[in-house]
Amino acid sequence: MRFLNLFRTSAFRLALVYLLLFAASAFALIAFIYWNTAGFMASQTDETIEAEILGLREQYSSSGLPGLRQVVLERSANVGSGLYLLANSDYSRIAGNLTAWPAAPTGRGRWVDFTYDRVLSGVAERRTARARHIELLGGFQLLVGRDVHERREIEDRIESALFWSAVITVGLGLIGGLVMSRSQTRRLDVINRTSREIMEGDLSRRVPLSGADDEFDELATNLNDMLDQIERLMSGMSEVADNIAHDLRTPLNRLRSRLEVTLMRPATEQEYREALEAAIMESDGLISTFNSLLLIARAETGEARENFEPTDLKSVLADVVELYEPLAEAKRISLKSVSVKQAIINGDRGLISQVVANLIDNAIKYTPEDGAVSVSLKLQGEQAVVEVRDTGPGIPQAERDHVLRRFVRLEASRNEPGSGLGLSLVAAVMRLHDGEIALGDAAPGLVATLKFNLRD
Amino acid sequence: MFTDSIATDSMRLLIVEDDRDAAAYLVKGLKESGHVVDHAKDGVEGLALARAQGYDVAIVDRMLPRLDGLQLVQKMREEGNLVPVLFLSALGDIDDRVKGLKAGGDDYLPKPYAIVELLARLDALVRRRQPEQVQTRLTVGDLELDLLSRSAFRSGQSIDLQPREFLLLEYLMRHAGQVVTRTMLLENVWDYHFDPQTNVIDVHISRLRAKIDKGFTEQLLHTVRGAGYCLRAVP
Repeated sequence: MRFLNLFRTSAFRLALVYLLLFAASAFALIAFIYWNTAGFMASQTDETIEAEILGLREQYSSSGLPGLRQVVLERSANVGSGLYLLANSDYSRIAGNLTAWPAAPTGRGRWVDFTYDRVLSGVAERRTARARHIELLGGFQLLVGRDVHERREIEDRIESALFWSAVITVGLGLIGGLVMSRSQTRRLDVINRTSREIMEGDLSRRVPLSGADDEFDELATNLNDMLDQIERLMSGMSEVADNIAHDLRTPLNRLRSRLEVTLMRPATEQEYREALEAAIMESDGLISTFNSLLLIARAETGEARENFEPTDLKSVLADVVELYEPLAEAKRISLKSVSVKQAIINGDRGLISQVVANLIDNAIKYTPEDGAVSVSLKLQGEQAVVEVRDTGPGIPQAERDHVLRRFVRLEASRNEPGSGLGLSLVAAVMRLHDGEIALGDAAPGLVATLKFNLRD
Repeated sequence: MFTDSIATDSMRLLIVEDDRDAAAYLVKGLKESGHVVDHAKDGVEGLALARAQGYDVAIVDRMLPRLDGLQLVQKMREEGNLVPVLFLSALGDIDDRVKGLKAGGDDYLPKPYAIVELLARLDALVRRRQPEQVQTRLTVGDLELDLLSRSAFRSGQSIDLQPREFLLLEYLMRHAGQVVTRTMLLENVWDYHFDPQTNVIDVHISRLRAKIDKGFTEQLLHTVRGAGYCLRAVP
């Protein structure tokens, strides 16, 4: 069954097609050489016979029958491959080294292939010959030929060699094709087996490399890289699930306890009212956390790219700075912005506005009174660079990467309002735009740097 | 300066919502605010009611059995029914908002929403329905806004406004006497569809209030607790 399957592999089919083509062309080549060589040898024999006939005819016309007989006798006495028979008009032998006229049909001017018995050192041997039949003036019959036994044997050998080499070629080709498809099937089997194991749930499995550094290894490497990425995404997702559980459960628990405790003992209408208002505020906080989560999820899937359009960062910044200017002023913080004339990128205006608003909001929130927040937009090669700088406490170096991940808030700010999703949302939107975000030390304070690719 | 209740004129409202509990709360909330409310539990029933009765506003859920919210509104518009429609939707994407408005909706509110937000938006929709003549001058009490020269006056005294403050005041004056929520202001004056973490709108309002109300005994710009703001003159 497995063996039958092997015939069905594409590798075997390919080998078979190749084998047929190869065998056909090899055959054509050998056959061409064979027919040419054999034809050449045959025509040489015929030419030699013609030349002898010409000589014997001349002999006959110059010295008549006795002269011809003499020459035939002389030539017949020579040990060689020449065959002669001079006969009367009734085919009775006069002279020559053939004992009898061949049984094969002859006729004037005709070529004849026949066999005769050659006696050499007392041993008779049946041999193959070729001759031409000539009728001389006076009714005498002359047969001039050559022994072609060796030539025919060589031809037979070549023919059988041709046949066997064809058999061997096809046989070896079939075996080669099977071996080749077997080895390819075996390597694909390894990949298939690994995929099945992964589908059954073991995502840590990887396709082993053969070390041959060929296309199968390249395929395996690509598959492994893909699996690595899937594993990273999966673990990212389970991290998200953990974080959602944490950031939604805590306020939900608070909400539930508050309502439960309020109901434990009779209270005044005022107390009930306060508890309900607090519950509404808590649920508003939950809704906003939930919305941020959804937005992050949407940004991470890249779906929002459909809404991308040419957007001028300068006008985005100007609008957001204008939105926050009164807030900064109320806190006696100077909010300044410096910008180049224009920086067009491909992006979602709403999301970028939200990102910049987030950064400025944070900067104002963490900067003490009489501090300063500055926003700048510069061009750097093919990139537009937005910087939001504040004079707040900054973020310790060790925690900077950490805060860009989902849900993280610094322990110190745990009790301030806000869902802690701000910077993770910023990071997600920057990833969506193929941009970068970096947090640095503004000494004192924090500098958040956003890098966008300019539209070309 | 604070007003506790949201006083609006009584409206005839149609609610098309398939979730029975959600609909019951909504009907209760709207009735308690003094409105007359009909409820349809699916699109087909909603369409029949919309055909039979005259409503001030229809509140339509996006996902409905039998006839989807978008199709319902498209059908209403094809039949020449011009009742203002407010979509409620659990799909809060910008795309869905655009789809809703394209299908003939007039406003779009993602779930979960605050009832005060819904009330304010319903009010704005009803008043917008009244033919809006081209105005060059808006007046609330002794506050005047000249839309051509882009200048503002209170009791004849000129008020110096920044461009965005002008837009903010214009929106408040166009909706004079109505409650305007922070989200409505962000959407209509700034064209932002996200919620800033800090209530930046409050600071803009208090800045505007300092410019138009400071030094006057009659305050025009009121804060409506738990809802938003209202610009109005005591009649």
